[in-house]
Amino acid sequence: MAAATRSRTLAPLHWLRRNAVVLAGAASLLYLLLPNVVVMLFSFNKPAGRFNYEWRAFSTDAWTDPCGVADMCGSLGLSLQIAVLSTLFATAFGTFAAFALARYRFRGKGTGNALIFLPMAMPEVVMGASLGTLFLNTRVAFGFVTILIAHIMFCLSFVVVAVKARVMSMDPRLEEAARDLYAGPVQTFLRVTLPLAAPGIAAGAMLSFALSFDDFIITQFNAGPSTVTFPMFVWGAAQRGVPVQVNVIGTAMFLIAVAVVFGGQIATARRRRRS
Amino acid sequence: MTSPAASASASAGSPAGASGSASASAGAATPPASGDAPGGGPGTSARSARRRVRLTPYWLLLPAGLWLALFFVAPFFYQASTSVQSGSLEEGFRVTWDFTNYTDALATYAPHFLRSFLYAATATLLCLLIGYPLAYMIAFRAGRWRGLLLVMVIAPFFTSFLIRTLAWKTILSDGGPVVGVLKSVHLLDFTSQLGLTGDDRLLATPLAVVCGLTYNFLPFMILPLYSSLERIDASLHEAARDLYAKPATVFRKVTFPLSLPGVVAGTLLTFIPASGDYINAQLLGSPNTQMVGNAIQKQFLNVLDYPAAAAMSFILMAIILIVVSVYMRKAGTEELV
Repeated sequence: MAAATRSRTLAPLHWLRRNAVVLAGAASLLYLLLPNVVVMLFSFNKPAGRFNYEWRAFSTDAWTDPCGVADMCGSLGLSLQIAVLSTLFATAFGTFAAFALARYRFRGKGTGNALIFLPMAMPEVVMGASLGTLFLNTRVAFGFVTILIAHIMFCLSFVVVAVKARVMSMDPRLEEAARDLYAGPVQTFLRVTLPLAAPGIAAGAMLSFALSFDDFIITQFNAGPSTVTFPMFVWGAAQRGVPVQVNVIGTAMFLIAVAVVFGGQIATARRRRRS
Repeated sequence: MTSPAASASASAGSPAGASGSASASAGAATPPASGDAPGGGPGTSARSARRRVRLTPYWLLLPAGLWLALFFVAPFFYQASTSVQSGSLEEGFRVTWDFTNYTDALATYAPHFLRSFLYAATATLLCLLIGYPLAYMIAFRAGRWRGLLLVMVIAPFFTSFLIRTLAWKTILSDGGPVVGVLKSVHLLDFTSQLGLTGDDRLLATPLAVVCGLTYNFLPFMILPLYSSLERIDASLHEAARDLYAKPATVFRKVTFPLSLPGVVAGTLLTFIPASGDYINAQLLGSPNTQMVGNAIQKQFLNVLDYPAAAAMSFILMAIILIVVSVYMRKAGTEELV
């Protein structure tokens, strides 16, 4: 009897102990998502001065006029252009390299792997400053092209890693089977290899788009004064006063990406159920 | 959803993979496996087919390899030569093998270097403490919510890095709720005694910079931790419990040792970018909390003293290389490969 009452009074404590990990994990998740909530909330703010750091009043002004700030949407367009182009190049080059490193044994493979790995293990300032030094020394004019070159450079490795992981986990017997059934090399590649590798390639492309779109440090060293990407616009605005429209863009990016991810997830789930 | 997670876990495993490949590179000179020959229809002779196999990987690697050689490796040589130049912007810079750039950089910016590594190390440790429970929960307790939770870990990335860092300015602001709560429990007095904060505020203090660094690099810790925890066979936990191990003992003797590859990968993926970052120090800190990244950026873009910026980059890189190699040796990288 006494034991029963004791265990009843201690029940919440037991529950707490059993679920301590879950509670700590949930707290970490809240910490991770808190800034996103703040960005979303402050996209509906009506700041009194130039700085949008304090809550004043609810307003949808920024949402109805997202391009109402000088130069912001231009920089957004520039960032999108650079992200699309660098994703195309990085995904193509990276996919080739991933197949070479995952499928073949050859002299210099270790060097190739190291070359791919190093850009990911280097602080961005060092990479940005050294590429900037190269352009300075060879008197290449800073601008769109230099940014593009830099973005393709740092996106490559991430594409290679994503595609390589996928190719390594593919069953080579499927391609053998295709060849046994008299499929030519081109047919085998297009109808078996490529569809199997597609999720890895898509992951690499998404990653490189996100990395390119969001990069600030390497871009700042290789952009020159007149080419302003969206992150550079935000950096400049942080000194002058951040317009509420920046929060609108941040929120819209977040919502679009979430929609894309869940759309993809639902599509895969549906396809899996059908097969 | 599987795609970003897969790529993230793949990139998480990369330091391990590369360290293995680097050590294996000496013995990589193996003949091409003839069994892998793609194509080779009945018309082609065996010899030309073999040559094609021998050259195919090189052709595939060529665009990426060339790009990285031109725009990643070559810049380092340019920067190395720049770091021993002297002169001025008006007269132009010449290579004079002047190593005073290095000694000057160290003498002037020693506090910046020290701060960089101190802040990065603190942020890495905090990331481990905050990230481990979340990775553990997703790996073992999430059930069918696993996919959703992984998306939520990556979700912050969907909003721009700079915008999120600016959001911390709002969260930590002087009149904000965080400062209010910390003040009411007198925690700010305590942290000012440690020299982490001052004047009853959080913004523009070392604590704010470390908080920003911890937040920004936390997913880089969680994803490798998760991918190594997820690989652990649950029957090992059962076995440990059957042998009368308490939950804490199971964690100490089974789970944590098996997650070490993730811990090593995560700490490196957090520490390296954090030590070179200058965004957090600039937006959340003050002139007294500047890191070496701020100094490099200022020398390169404002002062236009390229030799000084180059020398500082090389010192930063050298220190990181030393720290990482010592750490990898201590952590025992054989397990990682």
